[in-house]
Amino acid sequence: MIAGLPPIVLSAIMSSVVLGFVVGLVAYTTLLERKFAARMQSRVGPYRVGPHGLFQPIADGLKLLLKEDLIPAAADRTVFNLAPVVFVVPCLMIFASIPFAPGIGVADLNIGVLFFLAVSSMEIVGLFMAGWGSNNKYALISVMRAVNQIISYDLPLVMAAMVPVMLAGSLKLSDIAKAQEGGFWFIFYPVLGQLGFLAFMIAGVAAENRTPFDILEAESELVAGFRVEYSGMKFGLIQLGEYAHVLGTSFLGASLFLGAWAGPGPVWLGPLWLFIKAMVMFLLFTWVRWSFLRIKVDQILAVSWELMLPLTLGLLILTSIVIVMRGPVA
Amino acid sequence: MTSEVNHAEMNRSRAVMLLADIPGVVVGEGGPVLNVEAPLEQFASVAAILKEKLGCFFFAFLTAIDHKEAGLEVVARLDNLDSQVSVMLRAKLGAGNTHCPSLYHVYRGANWMERECFDMFGIVFDGHPDLRRMLLPEDWKGHPLLKSYAIDTPYPPYR
Amino acid sequence: MAEVRAIDYTGSERLTMNMGPQHPSAHGVFRAILTLEGEKIVGVDAVIGYLHRCHEKLAENLAYVQYPSIASKTDYVAAMASELAYVMAAEKIAQFEVPKRAQYLRVIVNELQRIASHCLWLGTWCLDMGGALGGGTSIFLYCIRERELVLDLFESLVGARLLYGFHQVGGVRYDIPAGWADQCRTTLNTIEQRLHEYEAMLHDNAFFEARTRGVGVISSALAQDVGVCGPLLRASGVNFDLRKNVPYSSYEDFQFKVPVEQEGDCHARYRVRMVEFRESIKIVRQALDSLPEGPISSRPGVKSLGQVRVPKGEAYARVEGPRGEVGCYLVADGSQKPYRMKWRGASFSNLAVLPYILPGVTVADVVAIMGSVDPVFGEVDR
Repeated sequence: MIAGLPPIVLSAIMSSVVLGFVVGLVAYTTLLERKFAARMQSRVGPYRVGPHGLFQPIADGLKLLLKEDLIPAAADRTVFNLAPVVFVVPCLMIFASIPFAPGIGVADLNIGVLFFLAVSSMEIVGLFMAGWGSNNKYALISVMRAVNQIISYDLPLVMAAMVPVMLAGSLKLSDIAKAQEGGFWFIFYPVLGQLGFLAFMIAGVAAENRTPFDILEAESELVAGFRVEYSGMKFGLIQLGEYAHVLGTSFLGASLFLGAWAGPGPVWLGPLWLFIKAMVMFLLFTWVRWSFLRIKVDQILAVSWELMLPLTLGLLILTSIVIVMRGPVA
Repeated sequence: MTSEVNHAEMNRSRAVMLLADIPGVVVGEGGPVLNVEAPLEQFASVAAILKEKLGCFFFAFLTAIDHKEAGLEVVARLDNLDSQVSVMLRAKLGAGNTHCPSLYHVYRGANWMERECFDMFGIVFDGHPDLRRMLLPEDWKGHPLLKSYAIDTPYPPYR
Repeated sequence: MAEVRAIDYTGSERLTMNMGPQHPSAHGVFRAILTLEGEKIVGVDAVIGYLHRCHEKLAENLAYVQYPSIASKTDYVAAMASELAYVMAAEKIAQFEVPKRAQYLRVIVNELQRIASHCLWLGTWCLDMGGALGGGTSIFLYCIRERELVLDLFESLVGARLLYGFHQVGGVRYDIPAGWADQCRTTLNTIEQRLHEYEAMLHDNAFFEARTRGVGVISSALAQDVGVCGPLLRASGVNFDLRKNVPYSSYEDFQFKVPVEQEGDCHARYRVRMVEFRESIKIVRQALDSLPEGPISSRPGVKSLGQVRVPKGEAYARVEGPRGEVGCYLVADGSQKPYRMKWRGASFSNLAVLPYILPGVTVADVVAIMGSVDPVFGEVDR
């Protein structure tokens, strides 16, 4: 029945489903992260709104909607107002290229991985607009750091993501998923898989600007960084974009390294398996976030250019040697 | 106990010897803390001698006492942390006088201490590079720790 | 000699950034006007006084009986130390005897206070470096959990959790209630175990090392020149601890080590304070074990203000507080109120070193250095 519809309608239905799913998921991952962090810190976490604080994200959303929307007098109004939108669009668009199960997804592009990485680094435009348009010194310093950092870490991230791509021999995410069917996930690939995953995790944390690489938010130095002047739903949009980005990276990581929808049970459980794996990735990011101190911007850049970039490049060369010698998995 | 007394006595005699060149310096009697009364003009140079010769490198604090009619007195405490010599360096400003030589060029810690002292007593430290109010707002009238300043003096427009 | 106010308001390539008075890592209300060149600091103007209450004028208008409970409001994180400094100065002039039991109780509460204060320091410092939405919060909450245990002890001893009024001229106001000593020992054991947890999280942590090693170096000459004291002075290679070098309140009875580090950077300050945690625990245990019987005050039952009279004279009493030398310079004129009182706040002198060490570091280092100095603005502004 669904297959009979014209492709454009199908895509429209699919994208609205995915969008709704992502927005809902973001709301509840904030709760998940807060609960998880609370447990790490021997606290309870949100508990009052609804049973076990289950309605907390709704309360938060309502609060953000009702807050006064302040625009600083000295801000560049157009840029300031546009920035959250420009920021949030690429963060949501990355989900377009992720297949949730065989044939289920907005667009299973043949350059899926590339599309994902290219679009996800577009968020920097919105970020820079936010920092520049606020006309605030903290925000300015924050976005200057952000530009440096995201440029530095997208390179290792791409390199790390290329390892499974080369092993599968395709940039298409569904092909990569197929290559991992039968329990041979790329994270289990001797040496290459583990190193690639590690590099992906590190670069992912940095590309998402989370602690220990959250120098652009750095609330103890820069108060709140680029979002210091935002309030109300614009702030909410920025938060939404950030979490969507983290989730997107988790889904990508799960697809690339953790075997995507592969798992025991019938095929229709596939999306659930992908979701669980993505949540594991997300909790890994969260675990790192709530355990480490933040490092300084010069140290972050040094880690990227002096360590991550050469190592991931070496990993890529090693992968190509392995592939030439043994042939690709698929 | 006797060794402590000897120690204190030895310090005193050393200080007396070191400060003999400067006229008008009075080194107080015994006790674990040396009271050195310096003439106002020699305040900084006495401090420099105490620092360089007696090894009092540690600058504990500097403050003033308002003796009403007798005028203000500046007190600084200097310590030698290695041999436990403590010196109370004093200088009487004399009635009506609010100028005192700055210790800033001897001890960097005098920077904030003298600013606070200026703030609270209105003592102008000559030679201090940046004498502004430290704790009170810049538009404050008067110097609160003077005995002539009543405790309930209003600060318009607040009270 | 470095220029005090190295601020260039006209430099077109420079950015003047206001850090504070309302800022997440201002540790209270501190305003630093930073002149930046990129992220590097070229000039600092520190503005303090937002919490000024003129304690020294207050002390001149309050009797010796009244002021000790106000004294706790100078350094509100370590209220016991400032109270003790004030009463010791008064006792020194009047030459009041303090019973041995009172002296030991003073030692116990002051060392517990040091533990509580260092807990807060470690937590807030990591919060500064790790962020309110990052690993810093985890350590902060662990530290607060331990600090609460100590505050519970104070609550059952005094009835208050933050500002105590425990000391009085001639002794202490309260004796320990039944079972308190056992509760105290249990708490100490818990805290001692949990110190290992902190160290496991921090000690060989590469991120922590990267943020603290070689950052904010204070040379021993600069430290003495400015009057930097306490853990900062010892981290700069000066072996000076008032409890050891100028013992007061029977500190000579206890066995403890004074940690000294040579580097003078943030990591050295961290190491010094972590040793102090353990030494304080040792001192409290010894004091609890050998707590003598007897009265807790040589002047019990003081009812009216005039009952404590201090003869004409002057004295300077100093206490090794958690942040260093808390000094009280008291000039008495024989009446029931002091003629003049001067607080030497440890944080004031420690903070005064900032203009000399901040130029040249980056914005991120400012918060690390601020946190390692551990200022309490009640004591800075008094």
